[in-house]
Amino acid sequence: MMKKITSNLVSWLDERFDLTPIRNLLLHKKVPIHKHSLWYYLGGVTLFLFFIQLVTGILLLLYYKPGEDSAYESVRFIVTEVKFGWLIRNVHSWSANLLIFFAFLHMFSVFFTQSYKKPRELTWITGFVILALALAFGFSGYLLPWNELAFFATKVGTDIIGILPVVGEKLRVILRGGEDVTGATLSRFFGIHVAILPAIFTFFLVLHLLFIQRQGMHEPEHFKNLPEDKKKYIPFFPDFALRDALLWLIVFNVIIFLALYFPWELGNKADPFASAPSGIKPEWYFLFMFQTLKFLPAHILFIDGELLGVLAFGLAGLLWMLIPFIKLKEKPNWKIQPITIVGILVVSFIVVMTILGYLL
Amino acid sequence: MTLNRKKFLNILLSLSGIAGLGAIFYPIFSYLIPPKISEPKVNSVKVGSASDFPNNSYKIVKFGRKPVILIKTVEGDFKALSATCTHLECIVQYKSDTHQIWCACHNGIYDLNGRNVSGPPPRPLTPYDVKIINDEIVITSAG
Ligand code: FES
Repeated sequence: MMKKITSNLVSWLDERFDLTPIRNLLLHKKVPIHKHSLWYYLGGVTLFLFFIQLVTGILLLLYYKPGEDSAYESVRFIVTEVKFGWLIRNVHSWSANLLIFFAFLHMFSVFFTQSYKKPRELTWITGFVILALALAFGFSGYLLPWNELAFFATKVGTDIIGILPVVGEKLRVILRGGEDVTGATLSRFFGIHVAILPAIFTFFLVLHLLFIQRQGMHEPEHFKNLPEDKKKYIPFFPDFALRDALLWLIVFNVIIFLALYFPWELGNKADPFASAPSGIKPEWYFLFMFQTLKFLPAHILFIDGELLGVLAFGLAGLLWMLIPFIKLKEKPNWKIQPITIVGILVVSFIVVMTILGYLL
Repeated sequence: MTLNRKKFLNILLSLSGIAGLGAIFYPIFSYLIPPKISEPKVNSVKVGSASDFPNNSYKIVKFGRKPVILIKTVEGDFKALSATCTHLECIVQYKSDTHQIWCACHNGIYDLNGRNVSGPPPRPLTPYDVKIINDEIVITSAG
């Protein structure tokens, strides 16, 4: 009975929309099995976390009221009065952090397996854009509860943008909605966080996923060189999808655990006429940049140290995005290829700076 | 170079295309820049009684829309300085133990005259004048 209805429905749709691509995806997509297969799951986890953000974000939107006099109070209302409001908020915050964490992991795994190479250049670039947008999500969302830490983090963050030559000043005013961080800034960040970013993000995410479906799974060098009969695959559907689902379930439980036992603090309401609290730090994913800027002297030759740092990070980001088009000569007798060394240096830089950021 | 009909039309078309985009983006961009709100000119504020203010303590006061830090030193002198850190705009505080002005954001330190002594702040804090008129503290912008 069920089977009959389903097959009728499928053929009804098929007649109208030609389901061949979807059928191909479900029936023929396969996933190579080798010692690095583990890395294939990271993108999926990130996607799952994005869905969690979407759902919890929409839920929070039902009670959240942007505005200097209402934002903090509405978040407090959510976490104290609304049934399970605290849970929704904690999940939203935790999942946001995990999302960025997994997006970074995903990016580095793609980097080290060199999956960004031809024909996946655009997949890499869209992925990079998505990560940048995720950071923007984090930055804009951080201000919305309108608490002390968020207030000063936003002051500092937007001020750093203001250092940029030519466009900096204008950009800072546009972001802040005025000279200072005020209720106007909050309104803008709210708009950015719930309307502008989701729209752009969805566009790039769809592109990214489309590219991946068109290109299929990347096969690393050592796997590609195997004789045909030595190559092992599992079908994407249902085998890989089920494993994906299992992992999503695990991640979901981890989030719930974190949300239950490590609630996100609301802190004190922002007061533009109060001293910055001690021990203020940006979120961990900005910490490495923040720490680097701190290490730079105020002036390097004639240039402002901070400006130089910001520009250097901008340039590094650009190069990183264009990695698929940069050819580093391979050294046949080197154990570790130059490109891998670059990757290792980048990762160690980020890790070391982040740790220092916590310790200092 | 001869300009034939086709080329001419192409140029015309692209120029009007550019103009069209400009006509769309210019207003949007201008819209994004908030209008200047005329700030009520504040020249002085009264912040309460001088004798009630304990020695070796501080208070952040509103000077129009700007925060100003008012400090009463151990000796009982009043100092008023802009409270906005010259580094990245956090609001500073007075450390009663070291008798210095401290910015928590990146550990910037100023002396009681607002001079940046250590940490990232590039410039001193702007000083304000403090007068005591009939035991009332009055802060005025200097100069
Ligand atoms: S904002 Fe005060 S030290 Fe950076």
